[in-house]
Amino acid sequence: MSLRIVVCVKYVPDATGDRHFADDLTLDRDDVDGLLSELDEYAVEQALQIADEADDAEITVLTVGPEDAKDALRKALSMGADKAVHVEDDDLHGTDVIGTSLVLAKAIEKTGYDLVICGMASTDGVMGVLPALLSERLGVPQVTLLSEVSVEDGTVKGRRDGDSASEQLEASLPAVVSVTDQSGEARYPSFKGIMAAKKKPVESLDLEDLEIEADEVGLEGSWTAVDSATERPARTAGTIVKDEGEGGRQLAEFLAGQKFI
Amino acid sequence: MAEVLVYVDHVDGAVRKPTLELLTLARRIGEPVAVALGNGAADTAAALAEHGAVKVLTADAPEFADYLVVPKVDALQAAFDAVSPAAVLLPSSAEAKEIGARLALRIGSGIITDAVDLEAGDQGPVATQSAFAASYTTKSRVSKGTPVITVKPNSVAVEAAPAAGAVEALDVSFSEKATGTKVLSRTPRESTGRPELTEAAIVVAGGRGVNGAENFAVIEALADSLGAAVGASRAAVDAGWYPHTSQVGQTGKSVSPQLYIASGISGAIQHRAGMQTSKTIVAINKDAEAPIFELVDYGVVGDLFAVVPQLTDEVKSRKG
Repeated sequence: MSLRIVVCVKYVPDATGDRHFADDLTLDRDDVDGLLSELDEYAVEQALQIADEADDAEITVLTVGPEDAKDALRKALSMGADKAVHVEDDDLHGTDVIGTSLVLAKAIEKTGYDLVICGMASTDGVMGVLPALLSERLGVPQVTLLSEVSVEDGTVKGRRDGDSASEQLEASLPAVVSVTDQSGEARYPSFKGIMAAKKKPVESLDLEDLEIEADEVGLEGSWTAVDSATERPARTAGTIVKDEGEGGRQLAEFLAGQKFI
Repeated sequence: MAEVLVYVDHVDGAVRKPTLELLTLARRIGEPVAVALGNGAADTAAALAEHGAVKVLTADAPEFADYLVVPKVDALQAAFDAVSPAAVLLPSSAEAKEIGARLALRIGSGIITDAVDLEAGDQGPVATQSAFAASYTTKSRVSKGTPVITVKPNSVAVEAAPAAGAVEALDVSFSEKATGTKVLSRTPRESTGRPELTEAAIVVAGGRGVNGAENFAVIEALADSLGAAVGASRAAVDAGWYPHTSQVGQTGKSVSPQLYIASGISGAIQHRAGMQTSKTIVAINKDAEAPIFELVDYGVVGDLFAVVPQLTDEVKSRKG
């Protein structure tokens, strides 16, 4: 029986670009390039490895985002995913994490799944709660923040490295998994992969397809509100000294002045 | 006065500092009611009472240790139903964020994570957050339901405020889904004797310039002289010089200590994303053009192998 894997990915603004807020206090996407969130590449990689080990598996990569977000899907397809689902709707603009989890959960259910794989967090919002929300919505186990993951006989196993302990986890499929950047280097798309990706199917869905009302999502439908966003004033230039044999002692003097020693 | 639920992060009854910070913040918006779960839950009461908890709801059951996250969500939901609080506060640890998110969804409430400050507002608590690698400061609030907010460590100075701290047993019935993810085994991380990275008041971090695993001893010696945690840049971790659990940055941990000392770290945007909210930033780097110097309160252009040991000696002698 085929193992149906859905990988959730996000199209994020390039962190090395000039990221800022638009007038409605959502991300201004016009002035900065987007790309597949680096942390989601690890999720795609683990999906590919799990599919390799399975007798028969199909990987669907799923994203919610504007037209440009297709770039993130293409990247995942060129790495080796089989097909893609793109949820795009003007009413989604400004949706918060709770709303996003609703849209993803509905799309995952519509696609059909045995295993959902996510990155540990997005590289823009960095909340890290979406996999847990998907687990809650789908009513299936969460096996999250894994640095090692494997699937065998309808069971997912993995290692979760926390601050105080390392845990071995196990759950029956269907399940929601998230993986960390320690799970294994993500592969680069090959030329063949890039060419093949152009022919792979990308299904587009809107809110109506998912039976979601416009007021459940978007800025108005969000359960949180951003009231203000202020650009931080540039830090006042600090004192910089060149070490000429006394650099450590000078620094100690500064730290003592600040009462750190 | 409205009650505020505070989820307690503790290890066998020893309350971790971020929870005491939460109690301090919770008092700005109401009366803290603490929820402590798992082994040693009742032992947390004294520390929680000393920091303002009017009540401590406790529950212990094998489920909390044997299964991941969901049993704790069930328990926190039971506490929520019992108290009907004005807000729910949790520390911004990976696990507590997951617990908070699931609770928020269940109770039909929005969630804000990684707040760095919290104050009472006309429409409920207002959370300050830091966005886009700390280039923006935002003020946000939960607009639907009971605010669920997670707060980053070191966001506020802990204040003692003795309160009753009356212990009450919390009645929890676990949901069908509670046993979905089994914890087959748990290996406690070997203690380095140093503070936990995300909670430490001072962090000393090393990067590419440290140039080898064995050279991290220089960084550790400085950290130990200051009672600090040790951090590492991604370059140092990827090179295998220091464990990933110490990685500071966009794909590692986000830290916000009183003092951050970067040694041999150039300060790529991905690193800055994880440390830019530190209160005082110090850097030591050979390269005067390194971007980290744009952030510093004090920088030394020089060889870290000369500067750091001299600093360590000086700290030790001043501390006597």
